[in-house]
Order: sequence, then C-alpha cells, then structure tokens
Amino acid sequence: MANFMSRNDLFLFLGFTIVVLAMPIWLAPFGAGYPDLLQRFMIYGIFAVGFNILFGLTGYLSFGHAAFFGVGSYAAVWSFKLLTLDAIPAMIFAVVISGLFALIIGFLSLRRSGIYFSILTLAFAQMSYNLAYSVLTPITNGETGLQLTLSDARVLDAAMGQTLVGQPVPTLLGQQLSGYAGFYLCAGFLILSFFIAQRVSGSPFGMMLKSIKSNQTRMQFTGFNTRPYALSAFVISGMYAGLAGALLAVTDPLAGAERMQWTASGEVVLMTILGGVGTLVGPVIGAWLIKYFENILSALNDQILANFWSFLPEGAADLMVQVTGKFVGDGWFLTLGLVFVLVVVFLPGGVMEGVRRIAATLKRSGTPDSKSRQTQPAE
Amino acid sequence: MAKSNVVLHVADVHKRFGGLHALADIDLQVEEGQTHAIIGPNGAGKSTLLNVIIGKLAPSSGQVVFDGAILTGRKPHQINQLGIARVFQTPEIFADLSVLHNVMIPAFAKRDGAFTLNMLRSLDSETAIRQEAEHMLEDVGMLTRRDMHAGSLSRGDKRRMELAMCLIQHPRLLLLDEPTAGMSRHDTNTTIDLLKKIKSRGMTKVIIEHDMHVVFSLADKISVLAQGRIIADGTPDEVRGNPKVQEAYLGGAH
Ligand SMILES: Nc1ncnc2c1ncn2[C@@H]1O[C@H](COP(=O)(O)OP(=O)(O)OP(=O)(O)O)[C@@H](O)[C@H]1O
Ligand SMILES: [Mg+2]
Repeated sequence: MANFMSRNDLFLFLGFTIVVLAMPIWLAPFGAGYPDLLQRFMIYGIFAVGFNILFGLTGYLSFGHAAFFGVGSYAAVWSFKLLTLDAIPAMIFAVVISGLFALIIGFLSLRRSGIYFSILTLAFAQMSYNLAYSVLTPITNGETGLQLTLSDARVLDAAMGQTLVGQPVPTLLGQQLSGYAGFYLCAGFLILSFFIAQRVSGSPFGMMLKSIKSNQTRMQFTGFNTRPYALSAFVISGMYAGLAGALLAVTDPLAGAERMQWTASGEVVLMTILGGVGTLVGPVIGAWLIKYFENILSALNDQILANFWSFLPEGAADLMVQVTGKFVGDGWFLTLGLVFVLVVVFLPGGVMEGVRRIAATLKRSGTPDSKSRQTQPAE
Repeated sequence: MAKSNVVLHVADVHKRFGGLHALADIDLQVEEGQTHAIIGPNGAGKSTLLNVIIGKLAPSSGQVVFDGAILTGRKPHQINQLGIARVFQTPEIFADLSVLHNVMIPAFAKRDGAFTLNMLRSLDSETAIRQEAEHMLEDVGMLTRRDMHAGSLSRGDKRRMELAMCLIQHPRLLLLDEPTAGMSRHDTNTTIDLLKKIKSRGMTKVIIEHDMHVVFSLADKISVLAQGRIIADGTPDEVRGNPKVQEAYLGGAH
C-alpha cells in the first residue's frame, strides 16, 4: 500500500469520499439536499477535476472545454437511441468519442502556447458549437436538441427482447436512475474521477506536467519532448469533460448545442480558479460554490427582493430592489463576474489559498513553538 | 594537433541577428575528455555559440557535429538525449518545485527517454531516482536544502542546483555558461573541485568563464572569442602569452 498511495493521499481520498457521499445530509440545512442539484454538483465537479489536470498541472489554459462536454452528451444520447438505454455503454462511448475529439483539437491547438493556445481552443469550440447548432442538424437535431423517442432503434435492447412501456429513460442494469439513484451514480463517478486525478498528479507523469508549467524551456533542454505530455493531459481532461457531459445526459437525456457555448467553457475556468488552480479539491469546491449560488441567485426575482427589502422605507426599498435586481435572476452572471474579479485580485489561489492562510494564522496564534510549523513541501 | 578523438566539431558556423554578425566563421574542435574554455569580452558571442550547439538557435550557416551525429536541425530534447547537458548563464530551473524534485526530473529523462506515460506508479515509490538525486545534492553540498522551493534559493545555490541537474544525467558533453558567477570565493572553489572531480571521470566540458582563476585551474584548451570571431586558440600557456589576447581581453580585464 505504501508504494501505491501515501498516508496523506489516502486520508484525503477517504475524507473526500465521505464528504461527497454524505452530501444529502450536510447540504440539507442549506436547502441544497435534493437529488437534482446534487447531481449537478457531481457532474460539474468531474468537469472541473478533469479541467485542472490540463490547466492546473500543465498551465495550458483551454477556453474550449465545453466542446468535449457537449460531445459527451451527444454521444451518450446517441448510444441511448441506437444501442441501449443502459448508462454504462453510453458513458464508455461518450468518453471514447470525446477523447478522440480532444486528440484532434489538442494536437492542433498545442502547436502554440500561451494566449495563442487559448484562442485556438476557443475558436475550435465555437466552430463545434456552430456545427452542432446548424450544419450537423441530422446528428444534433440543431436548435431543438437531441432527444429520445419511442421509435429509436436501440438494437441491443431489441435483441434482448426488451420492449418499452411509456417514455424511454436511461437505466443502469435495469434500474431507473431517478432521484437519489442518479445522485449516487454521479457521486461514484466523481469519487473515481478524483481518485484518478490524485494518482495522475502524484505520479512521475504528473510531475512532468507540473514541470512543463514551471519551465517548459528547461524541460526541453533536459531531454523531454513536452508536446506529447501536454497532449496527453489535454486528452485526459477532454475525456473527463466527456464523462461529465454523458452523466448530464444520463440524468436528463436531452443534448443541446448551448452546452458547447463559450460561456460554458468559461464557467469551468471560473470554477477551477475560484476553488484553487492546481489543487486537487479546489476545483471541486469551485464547481459546487458556483452551482450552488447559481441555483439560489438565478431563482430570485423582484417579488422576492421586494419582500426582502420591505423593512426599509418605501423609496429606499424600491431603490434596493432596483439595484440588487441587476445581480440576480438572469443577472446572476454579473455577480459571478464580480466575485471572480475579487478573488483574482485578493486571493489568486482561490478558496484553497484562503483555507491555507486561515490555517496558518490559527497555527501561529495557537502554538508559539515555531518549530512545529513544517516547511510547506513544494507540491 | 591530434584530431583523432574530436567529439564536438563546430564547423564554419555563422550566426547573424539582422545586421549583427554575432558568430563569424567559427571552427571549434573539442577533444574527448578535455575541458575546453571559451573566454572573451561581453557580447563576444559566447552564449550564442552554446545556443547554437544545443539547438536553441539555428545557425545562419555551418553545422555542429557531435560524435558523428549532426546536431543542426535537431530539437533541443533530441540533442539532450544524445548526451549533452547545459548550465545556463541565467539559471533555468523549476522555480516552483522543490530542490529535490528539480534534480529528480532530469534523472527521469535519462532513464525513461523523451516521453513515457508513467502515471500508474507513485512518485514516492521511485526510491532509486530519489536516492540518486540525494547523492547528487550531497555532491554539490546542497542536501540540507532538498525540501526548499528552488525559486527561493540564492543565485549561487540555483547555479549549483542546476549543475546537479545536469550532472545527474551523466552527460557525455557538459556545457557550462559562467557556472561560478554570483558565487562566493568559497563556493567557487567547491565548484572547481567538483568540476575537477568529474573531469577525472572523463566527461567532456565546454566552459564559458570570466573568472581567470577558474579558467586556468580547469582548462586543457582555451579559445578566445571577440566580436564573433575566434582570435586565438591553444593551451592555457599559449593563450596567456598571445599579444592579441592581451589586447582584446586579458589586458582590458585587469
Ligand atoms: N536572440 C538574439 N537576438 C538578437 N541579438 C542577440 C540574440 N542573442 C544575442 N544577441 C546579440 O549577440 C551578441 C552576442 O551575445 P552573447 O550573449 O552571445 O554574448 P556573450 O559573449 O555571451 O556575452 P556575456 O559575456 O555578456 O554573456 C550580443 O551583441 C547580443 O546582443
Ligand atoms: Mg553570455
């Protein structure tokens, strides 16, 4: 076991697993303990963990990862339509297809680095979005989105002699995935994703990725061909995105082009930076925070705000409703942008840096013995 | 001059930057196992010459041959994999990794080649490479700093660590661009001793150095570069007595 995982890694993994599995309990007081939202926490957590393997470890900032998320969704829905309603083949299919797609886009984009790389990924993702929206309508069903119908072929289900009663919905080994079953499926995959990310980041391969971020020139003069390393990271993170997209299709079997839009690509960047680039749990926390506040703030409307501010005198209350109204509902992105700016300026390491700072302060005030403070190993 | 065991041959190399003729008609032969010093005033083209050898810059014309293999046109990582390592004038290190990791990374390049998908093992289980790196750090006198962030080291320590990063690869040819700049007299002497020690192991070295004490205690051969041209070439004693060198370099330095 010692060769396989260090004690610290093991504790981190176990802690993460417990926190995730117990989410329905500890999130209930926050009004977030219901399966639909919890599933989204899991799915975007997977997306962010994978994105961090590219951005956090190698430093290559992709602005086009929603393309792989979208491809994963489409691939999963096609698997439901053509093969079977079972979720397992759909997810395998989605991960393979999005991995291949990432291989092509990564190969082309990684010919450049820095801002040019980012722009290339953005351009490819917008191309994918436009293709999905209009040109490839036979595959994507354009604006309406790809849906399941009673008349789908489902050759594997048909061969097994299964016939449907009612609307087709994805299943797992015959079990329906509504409610908490769907959440635990997604939670299982988030835990697996986290485990793999932990292994990758703690392996010699992970160290090579970090060294590319640190000094790519030195890597080359040290005898490493850096391009295939960066490409591997790109493909792995593309597969994570595809898995997340597939899970979204499992819990809600409808794939639309808007999933590939640049705002969706930008969102995963925000999640990663907000939580803490390059850390293992940071991106997951970032994803949870953004999805949580999106859920609350985008549901607010002027009516609710008017009630909230009703303790103020009439004129002041109206003004406050006007002002705060800009930041909720559809204006939630304004809040997100504002928070993001504050984080980047005051806490560039995100939530994880905040946690570290608080821990350091507590330690210093708690124990005057400075010898107990270990030097932070360069992770 | 015995030409039998020339391991590095820089043949008729020119390098122009726009109108500047940074290297003009450079012909340099380095023999196996020797320490070849390149000296010359600031801006003479010394670093440019090393850049051409390791593939950071392409020569405008001419070529570099290492042990029968033409280096010109190859990528930096391929040139390193042939057995050439370099210490840079401004240290090129992994500033946000630990000192130990900085030294372990080149050992992986040596063992696993230019690319391997080595992600099933844990870094903690790579004990052989870790121990090798620790020995290397001990050799350069930096074992106590193994867990420090490389970026927070002093200039001299960065340089010593970079030297360790090169030496752990056991290169056949080691290029050193002012390896003792920024070091105290004591650290300079330690580094000279270290370089002498590896000389006895038969590693070929090309060293750029301003410190004449270092040059004359290490070099078997010296080439003097001024304004992109080699103006003198020979053993330390020959070069010391050469009036052209006195005028272009040694005279100006003191
Ligand atoms: N990439 C480059 N582009 C343009 N000019 C360059 C480049 N690299 C070097 N030069 C110029 O070439 C000349 C030689 O530079 P080089 O760095 O090789 O000198 P040097 O002998 O190493 O000097 P020093 O002792 O100061 O390190 C200088 O005039 C320098 O400005
Ligand atoms: Mg120089």
